[in-house]
Amino acid sequence: MCDTCGCNITPGNEHLIVNDGKLSKTSSGGEAVEVLQGLLHENDHQAMHNRQHFDQHQLLAINLMSSPGSGKTALLEATIDALGDEVRIGVVEGDLETENDANRIRKKGVPACQISTGSACHLDAHMVHDALHQLTLEDLDILFIENVGNLVCPASFDLGHHRNITLLSVTEGDDKPAKYPVIFRAADLMLLTKTDLLPYLEEFDPTRAEQYLRELSNPAEMISLSAKSGEGLKHWLDWLRHELKHYRRHLATGTTLTPALQPDGVALHQHTHSHNHTHNHDHHHS
Amino acid sequence: MHELSVCQSILSQVETIAQQHQATAVTLIKLKIGPLSGVETPLLVNAWTIASANTIAAEAQFEVEEMPITIHCPSCDRESRAKANRMVCGHCGEWRTQLVSGDEMLLQSIELDKSTERENV
Ligand SMILES: Nc1nc2c(ncn2[C@@H]2O[C@H](COP(=O)(O)OP(=O)(O)OP(=O)(O)O)[C@@H](O)[C@H]2O)c(=O)[nH]1
Ligand SMILES: [Mg+2]
Ligand SMILES: [Zn+2]
Ligand SMILES: [Zn+2]
Repeated sequence: MCDTCGCNITPGNEHLIVNDGKLSKTSSGGEAVEVLQGLLHENDHQAMHNRQHFDQHQLLAINLMSSPGSGKTALLEATIDALGDEVRIGVVEGDLETENDANRIRKKGVPACQISTGSACHLDAHMVHDALHQLTLEDLDILFIENVGNLVCPASFDLGHHRNITLLSVTEGDDKPAKYPVIFRAADLMLLTKTDLLPYLEEFDPTRAEQYLRELSNPAEMISLSAKSGEGLKHWLDWLRHELKHYRRHLATGTTLTPALQPDGVALHQHTHSHNHTHNHDHHHS
Repeated sequence: MHELSVCQSILSQVETIAQQHQATAVTLIKLKIGPLSGVETPLLVNAWTIASANTIAAEAQFEVEEMPITIHCPSCDRESRAKANRMVCGHCGEWRTQLVSGDEMLLQSIELDKSTERENV
């Protein structure tokens, strides 16, 4: 179907990549074949298929990424407490081992599916697809996909989700975006978590964290919050409500949402629209 | 270390193409990788040795072209080179730049051997 779609050729890099002729003879008499596929072509196809599942069920899918222990599950617990009556939430949990995080979510009365990745340090689109078939998608409005705690690998795999969120807890240091640019560059929203600990960490400067994010040329909003004290939670819930409305408006016009940046740069030539759209809505919170 | 997953994906793409062309061996695999793809070339090369062992591509030359990060600045309408963690216009300092190249993760081309007397070599 899209074997020759050349999905990560952009107007910018086209001249560097496209040669003449798809098939030619090599000097030794072999055959040279132009391929021009993303290295994760199969994953990208599965991701596209997942996105169709989500869109059929009008289900906004959000990918949560961070280092281990930044507070992803705690944020979900607080979110369910605050929003559970208003929005139907489901959760896919990715961890190397254990069912712990899914159990924490189930205790809140919300359906959760645990993916144990074994040795894989990231979720991929196939694992998420298997999980989707264990959830009743038509009963849900927002699906959170909590990725494996890891600031490197998850960024390279499209899961078919609509939004990327990267969490940074204040105990990790404010220069994490500079040290792990790929995953912070992918964020549609950066959440600064555990802000209740800021009084003990005078070396952490939230303004500097945001500055490092801007130096990745990422215009994403930064929201500071504490799942423990509840500080900043309202701002985050408003962001979710807004994204849900935004997503439904897209579906109503026959389009979907993709993260502003996709791992292989698909966004650059295919989704300029959704990117601009994000910019237009950047300041809805004030 | 997701490079092994990436290699397994490359291998399955390469095997499909080799089959379509009835090749007896894959002799060359050419990739383009940008630093913003999240794939580390040295790790990828190591993982490829493991992933390709005992396959039709085991003997293939594995060639990775590392792409530079280039950005375009809408403010001053110029291009500059950038670093993964500093994508700021090199001319005017604007941070709202557009990526021209640097996030590639592409299987560009492969070369196939179709000779039947390969086993005798
Ligand atoms: N002080 C404080 N601690 C928090 C906050 N949120 C989470 N924690 C603590 O941080 C630890 C890790 O929190 P989790 O929610 O399990 O983090 P996670 O990102 O889901 O962890 P993994 O799934 O293992 O990657 C726990 O001990 C939490 O109680 C917060 O807002 N403030
Ligand atoms: Mg967790
Ligand atoms: Zn494709
Ligand atoms: Zn400029």
